[in-house]
Amino acid sequence: MIDAYEVAAKQGMPGRINTVMQTCFFAISGVLPRDEAIEQIKYSIKKSYGKRGEAVVRSNFAMVDATLANLFEMKVPAKVTSTIEMPPAVPADAPAFVQDVTAVMIRGDGDLLPVSALPVDGTYPTATTQWEKRNIALEVPVWDPAVCIQCGKCVYVCPHAVIRAKLVEPADLVDAPEGFKVWDSKFREVPDKKYTLQVSVEDCTGCQLCVEVCPAKNKQAVGRKAINMEPQLPLREQGALDWEFFKNLPEQPLVDELKWSNVKNVQLLQPLFEFSGACAGCGETPYLKLVSQLYGDRSVIANATGCSSIYGGNLPTTPWAQNPLGRGPAWSNSLFEDNAEFGLGMRVTLDKQREYAQELVVRLRPMIGDDLADALLAADQSEDAGIEAQRGRVAELKAKLAKADSPEARDLLSLADKLVRKDVWIIGGDGWAYDIGYGGLDHVLASGRNVNIIVLDTEVYSNTGGQASKATPLGAVAKFASSGKRTPKKDLAKMAMDYGYVYVARIAMGASDAQTIKAIVEAESYDGPSLIIAYSHCIAHGINMAKGWISSGWRRSPGIGRSIASIRCCGRVGRIRSNSIPSRPRFSSATMR
Amino acid sequence: MVDLTTDYLGLTLKHPVVPSASPLSDGIDKIRRLEDAGAAAVVMYSLFEEQIVGESHILDHYLSYGAESFAESLNYFPEMDSYNVGPGGYLELLRRAKEAVDIPIIASLNGVSTGGWVDYARMMQDAGADALELNIYYVATDTKMTGLEVEQMYVDVVKDVKANISIPLSVKLGPYFSSFANMALKLSDAGADGLVIFNRFYQPDFDLERLEVVPNLMLSTQWELRLPLRWVSILYKRVPVDFAITSGVHGYEDVIKGLMAGANVTMMASELLKNSIKRLGVVVHELENWLEEHEYDSVRQMQGSMSQANVAEPAAFERANYMKVLQSWKFDPTGVLKR
Repeated sequence: MIDAYEVAAKQGMPGRINTVMQTCFFAISGVLPRDEAIEQIKYSIKKSYGKRGEAVVRSNFAMVDATLANLFEMKVPAKVTSTIEMPPAVPADAPAFVQDVTAVMIRGDGDLLPVSALPVDGTYPTATTQWEKRNIALEVPVWDPAVCIQCGKCVYVCPHAVIRAKLVEPADLVDAPEGFKVWDSKFREVPDKKYTLQVSVEDCTGCQLCVEVCPAKNKQAVGRKAINMEPQLPLREQGALDWEFFKNLPEQPLVDELKWSNVKNVQLLQPLFEFSGACAGCGETPYLKLVSQLYGDRSVIANATGCSSIYGGNLPTTPWAQNPLGRGPAWSNSLFEDNAEFGLGMRVTLDKQREYAQELVVRLRPMIGDDLADALLAADQSEDAGIEAQRGRVAELKAKLAKADSPEARDLLSLADKLVRKDVWIIGGDGWAYDIGYGGLDHVLASGRNVNIIVLDTEVYSNTGGQASKATPLGAVAKFASSGKRTPKKDLAKMAMDYGYVYVARIAMGASDAQTIKAIVEAESYDGPSLIIAYSHCIAHGINMAKGWISSGWRRSPGIGRSIASIRCCGRVGRIRSNSIPSRPRFSSATMR
Repeated sequence: MVDLTTDYLGLTLKHPVVPSASPLSDGIDKIRRLEDAGAAAVVMYSLFEEQIVGESHILDHYLSYGAESFAESLNYFPEMDSYNVGPGGYLELLRRAKEAVDIPIIASLNGVSTGGWVDYARMMQDAGADALELNIYYVATDTKMTGLEVEQMYVDVVKDVKANISIPLSVKLGPYFSSFANMALKLSDAGADGLVIFNRFYQPDFDLERLEVVPNLMLSTQWELRLPLRWVSILYKRVPVDFAITSGVHGYEDVIKGLMAGANVTMMASELLKNSIKRLGVVVHELENWLEEHEYDSVRQMQGSMSQANVAEPAAFERANYMKVLQSWKFDPTGVLKR
């Protein structure tokens, strides 16, 4: 037995347990005589790390020696005396499919599943990451409500949606577990409610972005903030109880007196993208989570191959989730080279289905009734309230159709939901959008159809190990650009702007959270193609992920014809973005809708 | 013609005004400009122990960040044949500076502990340094560490560096010792050829809006000259080393005071950073004028002339003076006493 993390930390190389574990393996496996193995490990260290400096080699040597000094044999008793039980792969209240299929995979017994256990049509249940409690963080954030200003930034940046906030009625808290933290609301619109911020300690990855971004400092000890990291283990049990209670508190409805145009309010919205397997501190997932909070209940997503397809739809669990009404994003993954077209196909299909449904509403008008038919056909669905009202009408329509028995009525019943507005989001990384899928992306932008494209721009191929893409900036060192990239970053935004009818925005959450929300809201509301290039920090950048918030963004709407806002910001790793914003519009108005 | 030459660390300098370690010497063009401005020698900016040891670790940390975590991408950076870590850049600048200028170059190494990094003292010598200034900047915050242990740490690192080089070695340090005179002697015994006094301990400041402790470099003021002036005066001829006065040297009067206290050279940086490198030539010129006006033959003539050993009232540097200073301030609301 060895406490590898402690050994590594004590040697001044926290988290670097590979040297420790390698040493352990060779020390006890008997593959080589122990002394010879250790000698070979040290030779290999010198070879691997020698170029990085003598100090690094010495530290690794010290780590090997410390490993041997801290490696203990644990005698396995003949009889089991422990009273600690292995927890089940998923809790008992998980749905049947999760119990029967997902849990088997989580246990590592997926090969034992019969083919018949899997869905026949290729669809797969969403909202299943919540059942797999990974407990991977050594430290988790702990909320200090007395210091907190309820700004919501921690909720906003959390890549895994483990920090959430709710405003609740005091009566909702009657059965709260002992120690459940709440505070008086600091929201002007709802001063009488209670505010609670909770951390799912069992899902947290310990990235610390929340602590980094927290602007509130403790007045008695300025090193502490409104959210601070503490060891996870002592908090696990209470944290799980608190989370369970919190989860069941009422979710914030989208139709409300609060508006969803700022970080403070958006924190209250339920994320429909949660607990993904992305890296701790991922810079991509907060954007997807934000989209899911604002529009998840009506979104259809086409996802290109890459990191986002791995953490977005990896077996055994799915992070795309559902609200209490069972609504949530429908998601599918396509290839690098055709994802934009894949998403366009979804748009065309949805539009065609809606068009046919509308035709059927006209044809079945006598049965549906004039008032309902007119309302269904003329519905203004530009806002949440309008969409909610249309959903009510569709429910009414379905009730009527259920009683009818004609082929047309059956057709309309199967298509009725398409009368409610659906958003199509086309998502992928820079490797997809700038390089391999660019031809298709350009084609889709040119089509003028109403799709929202998000490029999660890490400026390298992240998932395969940091290879340069056409999004890599001039001079940046990456694989395939060892001596610095020779050409500048392709200006994808400018190319898209040339069409004149594409909404284009470059956003960076770390530079401006407000600009990020605005751009996403504008892109979604624009009835045409939208392109959002979202700067995303990444472990492939070789930076501290907790401090990865950088860069700048701007937005440009064809409807207005000039840049709506531009911001510039110098980041901590030294990137400065500047964009020439044309002073005169290059086109007068949106020409295609 | 007044003889301005002075001896410092076995080097004969054309006058006693030397730019101290600062960003003024972090490029070859800047070092050339210092020579053009009339500097007698240049103390190069410091290479820090933390840079030597830390850069490797930082490089290693970031190259390894996220590595060996995913089957599809075991690492994220191209493997280079070599990395530019450690003192390579510093040594190269030192080498080029030696070729570019005729004045002596004193390399500066900043650290506190003994260890592998002191090898770089020898590398600096090999790169052509005429002498080495070892800057020991240590803030003893450990409540269990005794003053004796702190002093021994200084002595050990001086011995360690001295053992690695044959060029002269000066030690730059701060004044915070219970018995500075004894400390000076210990450093001399450990092998220091010169003492550069005093290091300025830059104190951090508080940012009240952001509630953060912030580093805040304040340039020196003339007032700061008093402390090194006093200590050079006291130590002159008692500790067998050369002295350089640094901190608070802004004008020719400060240079003169320093020399009279017993310094071999005076060092300036703040004045040059604030008022340009050319100010150095002006100070030297004004020094020369003053010496001529006051009929001094040479700098050496005045060196130590106002040291404790040579003044009429040695107590002026000690406790007796403290009482006098306090009593010299009279509360005089009517102004009668002044009249």
